[in-house]
Amino acid sequence: MRTDAGMALSILQYQFMQNAILAGLLGGITCSVVGVFVVTMHLSFIGVCIAHAAFAGALLGLWLGFNPLIGALLFSLASAAVIGPVADRGELNPDTSIGIVFSLMLGLAFLFMGLMPGARTEALNLLWGSILTVTRHNIIFLATMAGVIVALVVAFYKEIQAVICHRQVALAVGIPATLIFYGLLFSTGVTVTASLQSIGGLLIYSLILNPAAAAYQLTYSLKKMLLMAAAFGVASCWAGLAASYLLDIPSGAAIVITSAIIFGLATAFSPKRKVKGWRQVPLAG
Amino acid sequence: MDNTVIRIQDAVVSYREDVALQGVSLQIRKGEFVGIIGPNGAGKTTLLTVINGLGKLVHGQVWVLGSRLNGTNGNSLRKRIGYVAQVENIDPRLPISVREMVMVGCYGRLGLFHRPTRADWEIVDKVLEMVGMAHLSQRPIGHLSGGEYQRAAIARALVQQPEIFLLDEPTASIDQKAQHEILSLIQLIHREYHMTTLFVTHDLRTLPPICQRLILMKEGKVWRQGSPESMLREEVLSQLYEAPISVPNGIAPLQT
Repeated sequence: MRTDAGMALSILQYQFMQNAILAGLLGGITCSVVGVFVVTMHLSFIGVCIAHAAFAGALLGLWLGFNPLIGALLFSLASAAVIGPVADRGELNPDTSIGIVFSLMLGLAFLFMGLMPGARTEALNLLWGSILTVTRHNIIFLATMAGVIVALVVAFYKEIQAVICHRQVALAVGIPATLIFYGLLFSTGVTVTASLQSIGGLLIYSLILNPAAAAYQLTYSLKKMLLMAAAFGVASCWAGLAASYLLDIPSGAAIVITSAIIFGLATAFSPKRKVKGWRQVPLAG
Repeated sequence: MDNTVIRIQDAVVSYREDVALQGVSLQIRKGEFVGIIGPNGAGKTTLLTVINGLGKLVHGQVWVLGSRLNGTNGNSLRKRIGYVAQVENIDPRLPISVREMVMVGCYGRLGLFHRPTRADWEIVDKVLEMVGMAHLSQRPIGHLSGGEYQRAAIARALVQQPEIFLLDEPTASIDQKAQHEILSLIQLIHREYHMTTLFVTHDLRTLPPICQRLILMKEGKVWRQGSPESMLREEVLSQLYEAPISVPNGIAPLQT
């Protein structure tokens, strides 16, 4: 184990580490902000499904020789476009329809991986992620997506808040709630795509869910929840990176485990779990 | 002068194999307080969703506040229609306060990209005061009792400054004391603002005495309609509910 602090700091001079820190900052913010909507609207399973669709799409890109990010984006958006209306129309139980799309995406992912000729290192990188090898191009893509997601959240904050509060009520007061709901599903798809190479298809979903779920334990204010989730997301990425470097363990796994530890601590110290002081009051009469 | 604010002509609504409304035609006048009663599954809630444009017509036409609902103008009309549904379970950890929930009523009218102003918040506070919820304005909505939640829902509908008020079983699943308080509040609001109000219930004991007309629904049709005096008769109600029904004594005694 490397314990020399000077050596640890000197690593920051390297371009790959600077890129990783930037990717952690941007990915941590974007994933966690989207995660707040996933957690408050109870869409966890939909999010898992979209993450796996992005992974399958990226593998299709690798197999057929086009940009895997384009495949990931198309697949994640298509899965969101299928799941939303099927769940809304109630023709199938939402759990059933999402489960079918989820298993199909997983099946396709393994099919594309099986059909791929030669070594599958790049495919496995998409599965586990490799924040230490992100390029400047990846950073620019991530920064663009982070900017777009944050700008959309700021622009449509009150509509998003209304949909979180109650989607049918939001519709009934004249808010385009269906459009906002699908917008949130698509944002999840875009976020997963942007973070696929750094965090990985299997691990990305923990970074969406855990920081937001941790913030959910700690506040009754949506604005504070967004800020806390973003802070937890970035902290998970940076602490995970440090752990990965110091303990020589895979970075994606370290990030996800860190975010799970933060969730555990938030749950343990959650004020929402405390029972308020009780005293016996005599009945009148 | 024609003062009709809602006109429904031969409306048919179908959910897959079930026909929820079968050729319903109705007219509601401005400022009327109309009670809609009938057994479960009679199409009462569907009738309200047809009026606010959320129910999809298979056949027929609906005019609301002078405009024909055509599938594209629903959002703009809904900004002028207050809607209160029955109490639902809310996640107790949901990060939304009562004050924020009531402000949602303003959002449709404000439109996209417009933030609520101080004046909007003042309206919210005033309405919360009116419905007796000012002391709970900062409480998370998941921590409210059924009666408190319905007061907040009514406040949300009021800040919309609606011309039509749709109440879908607003007193279902809440205790009797809260039921009386909600009914008193609804009648107080009608006396104060004279909004066209449609009140749906399957429970005759929660029918507000202020009702000027009763619509009796059965199997997706308007079975009968008329004054409360002519409709609230044992033989009529027993036929409607297909069970012996006695007219409740002094429907919904009030605290006004």
